[in-house]
Amino acid sequence: MSMRLYVSRDAGAVAVGADEVALALEQAAAKRGVAIEIVRTGSRGLYWLEPLVEVATPQGRIAFGPVTEADVPSLLDALASNTPHLLRLGATDEIPWLKRQTRLTFARCGVIDPRSLDDYRAHGGYKGFERALSLGPDAILNEVTASGLRGRGGAGFPTGIKWKTVAQAKADRKFIVCNADEGDSGTFADRMIMEGDPFLVIEGMTIAGLTVGATKGYIYIRSEYPHAVEAMNAAIQAAKRGGYLGDKIGGSTYSFDLEVRVGAGAYVCGEETSLLESLEGRRGIVRAKPPLPAHHGLFGKPTVINNVLSFAAIPFILAEGAKAYADFGMGRSRGTMPIQLAGNIRYGGLFETAFGVTLGELVDDIGGGTFTGRPVRAVQVGGPLGAYFPRALFDTPFDYEAFAARDGLIGHGGIVVFDDSVDMRKQARFAMEFCAVESCGKCTPCRIGSTRGVETIEKIINGERVHENLALVEDLCNTMKFGSLCALGGFTPYPVLSALKHFREDFAPIPTTLQAAE
Amino acid sequence: MTTLYEPWDETRGAEIIAEHAGQEGATLVILHALQEAFGYVPEAAIPMVAQALNLSRAEVHGVFTFYHDFRHKPAGRHVLKLCRAEACQAAGGDALAARAEAKLGVSLGNTTADDRVTLEPIYCLGLCATAPSAMLDGRIIGRLDQKRLDALVAEAQR
Ligand SMILES: Cc1cc2nc3c(=O)[nH]c(=O)nc-3n(C[C@H](O)[C@H](O)[C@H](O)COP(=O)(O)O)c2cc1C
Ligand code: SF4
Ligand code: FES
Repeated sequence: MSMRLYVSRDAGAVAVGADEVALALEQAAAKRGVAIEIVRTGSRGLYWLEPLVEVATPQGRIAFGPVTEADVPSLLDALASNTPHLLRLGATDEIPWLKRQTRLTFARCGVIDPRSLDDYRAHGGYKGFERALSLGPDAILNEVTASGLRGRGGAGFPTGIKWKTVAQAKADRKFIVCNADEGDSGTFADRMIMEGDPFLVIEGMTIAGLTVGATKGYIYIRSEYPHAVEAMNAAIQAAKRGGYLGDKIGGSTYSFDLEVRVGAGAYVCGEETSLLESLEGRRGIVRAKPPLPAHHGLFGKPTVINNVLSFAAIPFILAEGAKAYADFGMGRSRGTMPIQLAGNIRYGGLFETAFGVTLGELVDDIGGGTFTGRPVRAVQVGGPLGAYFPRALFDTPFDYEAFAARDGLIGHGGIVVFDDSVDMRKQARFAMEFCAVESCGKCTPCRIGSTRGVETIEKIINGERVHENLALVEDLCNTMKFGSLCALGGFTPYPVLSALKHFREDFAPIPTTLQAAE
Repeated sequence: MTTLYEPWDETRGAEIIAEHAGQEGATLVILHALQEAFGYVPEAAIPMVAQALNLSRAEVHGVFTFYHDFRHKPAGRHVLKLCRAEACQAAGGDALAARAEAKLGVSLGNTTADDRVTLEPIYCLGLCATAPSAMLDGRIIGRLDQKRLDALVAEAQR
């Protein structure tokens, strides 16, 4: 009998050598005359252990990692003779970092073969779709609303309300658009799920289609994600062959088709109206709202546009019921959030958990502090538009409202850790610079203000009239906050002002004499 | 491995455009396809795209210039992209970018004089848990350190 091994094909694993390890395993096994079968899965999201190699046993999967090509011979020896190995981590499901999670959305990611529709179905795939078919649009809307699901793209808008608006709109055509632009630094959950469980995204979008009466969907994926593009395209083809996309899907009366479109390196195209412009083949200039995309979206038609993770949460909600999802969480943040731990972090990866876990637990306890071993000084939560938090605010629970109350945002759930070598002036300048480069150009405060912001922070760095220029930066930030059409210009002040507020010592060193007098 | 591109050819360009022109909102799709074939979007293709899609030249040119991905001239033989976004900054990316610039003698966004290497910034490859990251001709690399960067630079210079 051949031995079955699992090696991830996720970009994050491939980037640290998973392909080379898989190849080395094949070659070494062939040389020894051992029959092995390697299944290329998605990633479990424990990136410090990648390349992770798992082996199927009657007691479940056993994990080894991080494995290099050089480890392959000894690993095969250990497997053949059932003897211990230095990299042996034990049963995968028992690895504490994984066991502590509540994986509703990422339950299958890293487990199944993302190219196989059969594998997806064998692991509960399309159960949500089948229940959705039996419920019909109105009852589906009730489920989605009752689940409390809020958009995972950043703004946290209730998904049920959005879908209902589109369902009620009258039009000859409607569209489902999946926002897979994931431009925030520190985030990779969309990429992981598209690469590791692409049928889940397809199923979620299909349910949206039958709920609102749309027969066509687009997935707009950023060009920086070639592996995700490939995985989604392969899954779409497989779903078509299997009768899950196209006419009369899954034996029902509904039709639904999907197409992948690739972005072209513009961060602002993650903003929903800019994304729609881009899909229509134009420059990604943000549209003023109203009209909402729900009324007047892609090609002027009513459109549901949701983040990848929002669609990916839907199949569970339909399969297990709204309550099963809403039972997790705190306050108005229901369900689970796939949190991404990144940057200078010891245990970086994807940690899906119910809302309510504190920032400190995430960074110190789960993340294990910094990779460099130096003290954690600052963490940026929610991407380039998110605030920098100091340790003093590590008691903040992961919850939309709690973060907003502290002038921050959870955004798409990315946490970037910095150690004490960070210079917060540089981070503040970068925030302004990024805004200046990525601005769509429609509003003056965003376009010009950010450029002024860069110049002014540079003056501060050079020690020119520091206090005057600090006041000017604050002023600029306020203008940007209130005079910008979208959150690129409107939220860039968050990282800047939080750096100024919580890390003031980096900007204007307090003279020692004054300090002593205090 | 170097990516091999076709030299610009009007007939071939017209073929590529015709292949995609039927899709709704095809401009980006066509610009991507042209760049995939020729390594850049030749100036001469812009009016052809405009005509095929019944748009003005200015409109197509506007789209072309709006997006960071599209090149107006061929890149060097190898393209080395270094992630310059926050998670990679936090993991030591600034120093690595400076090192690459010094080794190649060009700043980010430029091509070496011998046309061998184009060094570019990229803003997040979604490999932020194994930062810093890079991409060499489409191949992704995580956990970059001085040693791995030097190897990448050497490979690109070959
Ligand atoms: C500058 C900017 C960038 C954005 N980038 C993304 C993105 O990459 N992915 C995403 O899903 N939403 C992004 N958003 C939020 C979208 O505008 C929108 O709220 C989201 O797609 C709605 O889907 P949801 O309700 O499922 O979150 C961005 C917003 C702004 C202002
Ligand atoms: S805030 Fe900036 S990115 Fe947003 S619409 Fe205005 S100019 Fe464009
Ligand atoms: S910030 Fe560099 S890969 Fe995400």
